[in-house]
Amino acid sequence: MAEAQGCARVTGTVSGEESTPNQPTQPNTPQQETKMTARVGQKAPDFTAPAYYKGGFTSVKLSDFAGKWVLLCFYPGDFTFV
Amino acid sequence: MEVLSVSVDSHFVHKMWNDHELVKMVDGGIPFHMVSDQAGNVGRAYGVWDEAQGIELRGCFIIDPDGVIQGMEVLTPPVGRRIAETIRQVQAFQRVRASGGKEATPAGWQPGKPTLQPGPHLVGKVWEVWKPSMEE
Repeated sequence: MAEAQGCARVTGTVSGEESTPNQPTQPNTPQQETKMTARVGQKAPDFTAPAYYKGGFTSVKLSDFAGKWVLLCFYPGDFTFV
Repeated sequence: MEVLSVSVDSHFVHKMWNDHELVKMVDGGIPFHMVSDQAGNVGRAYGVWDEAQGIELRGCFIIDPDGVIQGMEVLTPPVGRRIAETIRQVQAFQRVRASGGKEATPAGWQPGKPTLQPGPHLVGKVWEVWKPSMEE
């Protein structure tokens, strides 16, 4: 469970996978490679991740929004112009 | 409808971006959750993780109340989305869902425009109820 506090480098975790929140990231190691792939008509992969929301820090779990339509929008990065 | 934005930036950086720039574009600041995915785990699961750049591509996913992905669009970084089209698609999916699957929306459908009721009677007869000129 990701908690949005302290100095731990919290990150998003896909449900059903092992969480390694305080490990340094190791580029180019495919061991974290997930087998789940998003496809239309298929269940959206569930995840838990820290978030900023209206002035506070919180944790978001996709499945908590069951019963609602959700627009999940990825983008390259903050302060990157587009 | 709930909107969740996701990038590899920390939630701390999300706060700074909101407070210092986005609040100047949107009154009151960003009204939805700005999700942090620093390790790219969520992006990998959705097929938008770019290993070479360490970023997430501009992917947008429409997820219905059952948690099923109904639509997806992925763009490379330099081109922005047209959110009005995404909203139109959500409205169309909501209409189809409300009909229990009895209705379908033709190309360019907008709320208030006629839908199609697929069935034997409609085979070869779509031209009678829909034309490309009806898209606008």
